[in-house]
This record gives sequence, C-alpha cells and structure tokens, in this order.
Amino acid sequence: MIRAQVIVRPRASIFDPQGDAVCRAIQHLGVSTVQQAHVGKCIELELEGNDLAKARIQLETICKDLLSNPVIEDYVLTLTEASETASEAKPAAKKKKA
Amino acid sequence: MRWAVIQFPGSNCDQDVYHVLKNVLAQEVDYIWHKDSSLKGAEAVVVPGGFSYGDYLRCGAIARFSPIMAAVKEAAAQGKTVLGICNGFQILCEAGLLPGVLVRNKSLHFRCETVPVRVEHPASRFTREYTTGQVLQLPIAHGEGHYVADEATLDSLFVHKQVLFTYSDNLGRTTPESNPNGSQRHIAGICNRAGNVLGLMPHPERASEKILGSDDGLALFTSILASQGVPLAQAA
Repeated sequence: MIRAQVIVRPRASIFDPQGDAVCRAIQHLGVSTVQQAHVGKCIELELEGNDLAKARIQLETICKDLLSNPVIEDYVLTLTEASETASEAKPAAKKKKA
Repeated sequence: MRWAVIQFPGSNCDQDVYHVLKNVLAQEVDYIWHKDSSLKGAEAVVVPGGFSYGDYLRCGAIARFSPIMAAVKEAAAQGKTVLGICNGFQILCEAGLLPGVLVRNKSLHFRCETVPVRVEHPASRFTREYTTGQVLQLPIAHGEGHYVADEATLDSLFVHKQVLFTYSDNLGRTTPESNPNGSQRHIAGICNRAGNVLGLMPHPERASEKILGSDDGLALFTSILASQGVPLAQAA
C-alpha cells in the first residue's frame, strides 16, 4: 500500500485572508513574534499497490486537476510505501495512545 | 426559447432562476439534474447559485466533475449561451470555461446585500439591453467572490472587452469602498473570449421584479433573448 500526503497552500503572490486573520489572532494571544501565517489544506490518500513511480504519475494528475487550483495554490506531494493496510494501521495507532 | 437550469446537490438559486424564466419571461425551462448527461435541447444553460457539494475542497471544484458538465462544455463550444451566477460562476471557472478563480472575500465576511454594479460594455449578448456605465442595483450573497487572475489574464480580459460588470458606487465610480469582496480590478462578471459564456457573482434573478425592490437584473435575461432573436415575452 502507498500513502500519499498532499499539502495545498495559497501561492505567495495571492493574498491569504485566512492566514492574515490567524496571524492577527496569534498577536491577540500575546505572541508578537509570529509575523506571517498561511492557511492551507492537508489531504491524505491511501492507494493500493506498491509502485511508487506509477502512483506519483497518477497523484500528480489528481493534485493538478482536483486537489489544487494552480491559479491560486501550490502543492507538495509526499509518498511513502506502507506495509500494513489502513484498517490494521488505525487500531495499532490507538493502542499506542492508550 | 428553451432553457436548462442545472441542479447540483446544494444549489439554492435554481428555483429563483426558473421562476424568472418561466413566470416573468414565459420561457420554456427544464430543471436538469447534475447526474443527467443531456440538456434536453436547451439553447441556453444557467448554472445557478448555491453551495454545490458543500463547497468542499474549493467552491465549484467538485461540481465540475458532475456528468452534466460535459454537456455544458459542449454547449459552450457550440456557441450556446451559458450563464453562471454566483456558485455557477465559481463552477465555470473551475471547469475552465472562464479564466481565473473566486477566492475568500478579502474581509473574510460573507456579504449579503444589494450593491451597485456598473455595466462596462453593452455590446454583448448579455448586456445589449443596458447602456455603457449604467449602474444597476443587484444583490450579492457570497463568502468567496473575490476574483483573482494573473496580471496578463486581467489585462487580456479588459483588452478583449470580456469584463462586462464591475463593482462601483452609486455614481459609477470604482472606489476601494465600493468593492465588496476585494475582487481584482473590481471585477463582478466576465465572459469568455467568444462572448457566449458569462459568469457573475451578483444575482440578476433576485432583481427581476419591481416587487423585489429592483428589476435591474431582468435586462440581462432579455438581452440574451434579444440576441437570439426571441421576441420579448409579456410579463406574467
């Protein structure tokens, strides 16, 4: 199985009002050292198979055509190969927390 | 003239558009469900406002993959009239039928009010019943109406007279205060280069009868009819 993480964020040239509001809220919190904030999205995908190169080609299409809009956003795609399935992975994670 | 009004899960201005076309302008109108693949012979298509697919991911991003959008794109390519209002504008941008994209209002506020909108060019199938510089009173209701495109696209839109509507004050002046969402160059509505696809954030369908406070939007629909040689219908 392959896990993919896609970080979508506003392009630097596009004014990000959410980031601006978050930055101001942080300053209201009393922390004056934060000068900028940008709000994006994190999308996690699980794919069958273990061919990373093939998966990357498919994922680039998904990122460009759906997950991001290139007019306003950039994305960063990270792929990892995982041996366990999602249904097995979730209980394992819970056990660790407990 | 036969019209199609597309319904997505989350559309909420479909009935307003249907009412104006059917009851005010005596047109033939069909609701078309987004999973359909045919526009049933419509000569004009309206992609109405709302929150298609809950605005998940980005406004209009998921709606553009609906089966009916292939037919909408085909209609646009054939030169038929395609009108996207509010969320419909966002969908047409995401579908690549219009350039640019609509992002969160600069103020972060959802703006729901009637605003002055200036007509830039009456020489289009959507504005021929208006005059240059005419100031309309049209309702807006959106959180993501801030039009964004790169500078070259913006220049091109103006050069090719594709900017049909801009936000202005009541005297037709574009001032920072008269821009309700931060749209670049005050853009409220644009058409494609061919002139048959229009997207705009204001709601002409909510300002098409005097009883609603303004009928300034009606001429947008009658412009389309006039451009197609359809005699103006009697108001119901």
